[in-house]
Amino acid sequence: MDVALFVTCLTDTLAPRAGLAVVRVLRRFGCTLHFPPDQTCCGQPAYNNGFHEEAAVMGRRLIDVFEDYERVVTPSGSCAAMVVHHLPELLAADPAYAEKSRSLAARTWEFGQFLDEVLKVDMSSINVDSSRPITYHYSCHLRGIVSAERASQMVSSLGGIDYRPLEQLNQCCGFGGAFGAIYPDISNAMTSDKLDAIQRTGAEIAVVNETGCTMTIEGAARRRGGGVKFMHLAEVLAEALGLMDEQA
Amino acid sequence: MSRTTWFEENVAKALADDEVRAAIDNAAIKKIEARAAAVAEIDNFEKLRDLARDIKQHAVDNIDRYLQQFIDNVKSHGGQVHLAKTAADANRIIASIARDNDLKLAVKVKSMTTEETRLNEQLAADGVRAIETDLGEFIVQLDHDRPSHIVTPIIHKNRKVVAAAMAREIGVEYTEDPETLTMHARRYLRDVFRRCDLGVSGVNFAVAETGTICICTNEGNGRLSTTRPKVHVALMGIEKVIPRMADLAVFLKILARSSTGQPITVYTSLINGPKRPADPDGPEKLHVVILDGGRRRIQQSEYRDILRCIRCGACLNACPVYRRIGGHAYGNVYPGPIGKLLAPLLNDKTYYGGLPQASSLCGLCLEVCPVRINIPDALIRLRKDQVRDKSVPRLRQFAFQWMFRVLSSPWLYRLGQKLGRLGTAPWADGEWCRKLPGPARRLTKFRDAPRPAPKPFRQLWKSEQNRESKRPARSKITSEHRE
Repeated sequence: MDVALFVTCLTDTLAPRAGLAVVRVLRRFGCTLHFPPDQTCCGQPAYNNGFHEEAAVMGRRLIDVFEDYERVVTPSGSCAAMVVHHLPELLAADPAYAEKSRSLAARTWEFGQFLDEVLKVDMSSINVDSSRPITYHYSCHLRGIVSAERASQMVSSLGGIDYRPLEQLNQCCGFGGAFGAIYPDISNAMTSDKLDAIQRTGAEIAVVNETGCTMTIEGAARRRGGGVKFMHLAEVLAEALGLMDEQA
Repeated sequence: MSRTTWFEENVAKALADDEVRAAIDNAAIKKIEARAAAVAEIDNFEKLRDLARDIKQHAVDNIDRYLQQFIDNVKSHGGQVHLAKTAADANRIIASIARDNDLKLAVKVKSMTTEETRLNEQLAADGVRAIETDLGEFIVQLDHDRPSHIVTPIIHKNRKVVAAAMAREIGVEYTEDPETLTMHARRYLRDVFRRCDLGVSGVNFAVAETGTICICTNEGNGRLSTTRPKVHVALMGIEKVIPRMADLAVFLKILARSSTGQPITVYTSLINGPKRPADPDGPEKLHVVILDGGRRRIQQSEYRDILRCIRCGACLNACPVYRRIGGHAYGNVYPGPIGKLLAPLLNDKTYYGGLPQASSLCGLCLEVCPVRINIPDALIRLRKDQVRDKSVPRLRQFAFQWMFRVLSSPWLYRLGQKLGRLGTAPWADGEWCRKLPGPARRLTKFRDAPRPAPKPFRQLWKSEQNRESKRPARSKITSEHRE
């Protein structure tokens, strides 16, 4: 099964190990991976902040870059939501790209969703280290793609897991793109509460499948003195499957 | 951008008050949990939301037709109707009704529209004493405060503050016992009800087909205030009209469930005109004041969908930002997610220009809205208007433009990654920065900021390709992990 990876600008730049883990896990499940090198950003930062002309430029680029691939997988629910929900709206009146944007939307999956819906991976067959309790943070923009129930169930059903459910699972971590920079005080109040909740679970590992959320919560955790390890689901799976022993 | 706005000042003040923040957070979470339970009790709630959305949108789209029908029917019941273009017009109309009928003591049913027009101040200036009869609003008034929530006006107050206000303002013995406090308020208000001559209410729903005003309350004060006084004045925004009595059933089913988690409000009053000769009680006169107050402008704009709002307050309860900063920080009678839309659109897009950005677009408001207003999308539309109107702060505009330019070009993007790595080196503590300089300091005010990785994924990919081509071929089917 051919899969093109849309790694996203944040994961590419800030969390390359998560991208690598996605590649190795998908290969392990029989996929042939492609990485179109001209990819940059889906346009979400421009879209969310009201710069829709600029967002359309980036959106059209993304569509062109991934035009020839049958399936596109991305490790970010937020970028998946941009491609699946917002690009077709944004480009609906563009005669050259309206149809193409709908086509890309239909060919794009978030990583966890792809494992679940397309590859039908049985999470309970993948054994994690039961001595390291794990919790899961649900990122807001996964809403409308994978429900909080399903997404947390995928993690909690991992083989041998000591799963620690997070209180107020549907609460935002405070990232929100430019929001965190424009209103750092409000953002921090949200992040602190999220981090409190994560720490209360006693988990050693927090699974966060969104680099934006990860950098926000982990950044706050570091300021507090660390303690929790933040990992993408792909990294947890890749480690459990023995795929991360040798670094690239 | 570096100048602190009134909103940022309000936010800083609100965030500094842990006690108030905790009070709001706890109360709102309880409400949102009650909502979830109430919603789960009926199996077709999602369909009801669709229906409510469609009915209200249809009413808003055909507002002139339904308003006229409503007005005709109110008149046919013997009620009088007044159209007010602005809040000041509405206040003047109501004040002159009081003057013409020589009314001096008004009892008020909780109404956000009268908060919007600041009716009490106008009435006071005209020598009419207006007393709030909803317990929460009564306490707000006693404490010379403003409501901080559409439905729960004293969500920001703990019982100590309430007890102090009651003791100070109506001279009762200090007690923090909620039941005793309620009894004090009840005794005080009973006396007011005996002496009042004007009743002022809002309107939850105005049924066009029958000319009926529907008022939803929980304490019985709504019924007392609209039957006991000689004159009843109902103030409503133009968007309160719904087509048919049958539609009301849909809204009554979703309003209280979304709002407080009740299946229905304790009192649901349907008012058809003033007292008729055979009626044992009721006001001699009924005046309905219909306020535009900027709504018409919204109705004719691309924001028409937000007029579907039935003021249930669910979006406030669900909102992580509202729960942290409270209602007063928004500087407007309508706070929370819906307030971030109503404040700029009803009033002034420039003054309230900081509100649309005060959202992480988490989407919980949309998830709970009974009429499915896409609030995150509308916030993005407001941001889009700011870009169009060139009212984005200059530094922010500059930063965005550069970021978009870099993200739109693969080579600039790759260069950006390298420069980002090098540029953060002086402030680096390993892979993180504890403190960034200049405008970027906002990013490290409360948390460490990650640095661009030494090798971005695209470089790892190249070595990964080599690694993959060197490994021995192996079976691609891994059936043991398939379901």
